[in-house]
Amino acid sequence: MKTRQWFKLSFILIVAVAALTIYGVAQAQQKSAPLPQHPPAPGDGKNLVIQLCDGETNLEMKGVKPDERLSPDQAQTAANKLMSMWFAKTDPNVAEAWKKEMAEALAQKKGSEKAAPASQSEQDGVFTARERQVWERELAREVEYGNQIFHDDKLVGSTNGVSCAMCHPNAANTHPETYPKYQIQLQRVALLRDMINWCIENPSRGKKLDADDPKMRAIEAYIMAQRKGVAMEYGKH
Amino acid sequence: MQAGQTMMGRRRFLEMTAWAGAAAAVKSFTPQSFQLVEVVQAAEPIRADERPFTFAYISDSHLYEKTLNERFVRQLERAVADINALDPQPDFVLYGGDLAQLGQPAELKIGAQILKDVKAPIKMMVGEHDWFLDMGDLWKDMFGPAYYSFDHKGIHFVTLMSVNEKDFWTAKGLTPMQRMQIVSGLDDGRQSAFEVGEEEREWLKRDLEKVPKDTPLVVFSHSPLYKLYRNWNFWTDDAEEVQALLRPFKTVTVIHGHTHQVLTNRIDNIHFHGMLSTAWPWPYAPQGLPKLTVQMNRVDPFNQTEGMGDGTIQVKPNGRVDKDYNLWNRNPMKVSARYLNSNGAEDSPAKTTIPSY
Repeated sequence: MKTRQWFKLSFILIVAVAALTIYGVAQAQQKSAPLPQHPPAPGDGKNLVIQLCDGETNLEMKGVKPDERLSPDQAQTAANKLMSMWFAKTDPNVAEAWKKEMAEALAQKKGSEKAAPASQSEQDGVFTARERQVWERELAREVEYGNQIFHDDKLVGSTNGVSCAMCHPNAANTHPETYPKYQIQLQRVALLRDMINWCIENPSRGKKLDADDPKMRAIEAYIMAQRKGVAMEYGKH
Repeated sequence: MQAGQTMMGRRRFLEMTAWAGAAAAVKSFTPQSFQLVEVVQAAEPIRADERPFTFAYISDSHLYEKTLNERFVRQLERAVADINALDPQPDFVLYGGDLAQLGQPAELKIGAQILKDVKAPIKMMVGEHDWFLDMGDLWKDMFGPAYYSFDHKGIHFVTLMSVNEKDFWTAKGLTPMQRMQIVSGLDDGRQSAFEVGEEEREWLKRDLEKVPKDTPLVVFSHSPLYKLYRNWNFWTDDAEEVQALLRPFKTVTVIHGHTHQVLTNRIDNIHFHGMLSTAWPWPYAPQGLPKLTVQMNRVDPFNQTEGMGDGTIQVKPNGRVDKDYNLWNRNPMKVSARYLNSNGAEDSPAKTTIPSY
């Protein structure tokens, strides 16, 4: 029972994260803007302060020292309180919609305890169809951007007309599942992005991309998407 | 002779820098298998008036203008030098299609200029990269009809235009360049499938009516004349109809481009061989690979000309062929008529040591 309560608390926090940041994060990644950072929770050091994942809503736990561990019951109470505080300052329509989705998700979870869950997210039971739709859409957008770069010599920065797909249709023979591995020709352990950059610089005669360049991230996403279902086999030659 | 395919070591490379030397070396290693080939031949009628002969091929050069990509130009020049170094010279050279990358006049012109240096007579075939900018107008002006037949030393040869596509561009209002770019993307699903098409099949039917059924046929097509992998157009949509026209003949061989790899298939009496590219190698398709294909080793991306090359085809008097793949920087591979006749039981090429993923 205790474990389940802990799960409940973390579910609530996850839901809050999803609600408040998913859109912003996805947008930020597309533009490669700095990721949002939460300020540290304020406090005088006497009592533990718990912060909601919005980075704004704080709850001081009277009588609990900052380094003290909460009991599951205390944690659940804190989570409920934090969510109430968040609902109180949120647009009532949004708050109502969230409560409804939460209720549905929990009902779904109860139902799914009997039937075998089809996926981790269904097993969790708190991810709504709408959330999944958002995640899938954002992921598909990233993969599609990678698809475009992979097939366009100019977008990838090639100076000799050679695009990635000219040698790797549908990302064939890119085998992302085999990295990291010792790449004999580079004489070091290589990640997939090292090989992407090697190809950009050599066959395509372009300039290599930063590891965090939106184009690099999108190319990796496209390659991975093409190999969905292939077992990880890092180090394979 | 060897347990598996091997990269050519430095010493071996130095020994074999002249391809003619490599061919001679292979011949001298295999007197026994040569005799066995003769035994197989005896089972089929040998036309006493004819002798075996060789033709060579170069294919899939995908040229850009030299100012944009000098490497592809240099690689076609290397193939021309290979073929010109053959002694004795081949009876003719087949160019297997995709001379240009985007059908541009400058691309076709530099290709034509390089191919002018080929000493033996040259037979041209068209590929989709040559065709879809102006639907073959310039290519035909420069090189002649897109499909034709000829006879040589008792063999009836047919060159097909097998990369027609159903109109996917008019309704979408695409420009010629947009059409060309879509077709040039191997995995671009916006295009339709390659086909010989009804009009050309009619022509083929009429052409073959004049040919006795015991005359060996050798057919050139850019796309494989069978269905391997639709997503990359390793495929001809009306392959069955074309095969039906070829099937009445006792001995049929199809030599195709487009796939840029060692590729071997047999459907009944029809033997199929792929050609290498001078520009880049394609990976093997994730499905549909014919059983008889012994894959070439996975390509080393750090080696600029790995998995590319050119080759020769020895035509026996009975019309069956031995196909030599002259892989640059690797030992050559031979896929013999005996290997295909025995459905892979005999004379198998050396198996790959590092297969595709």
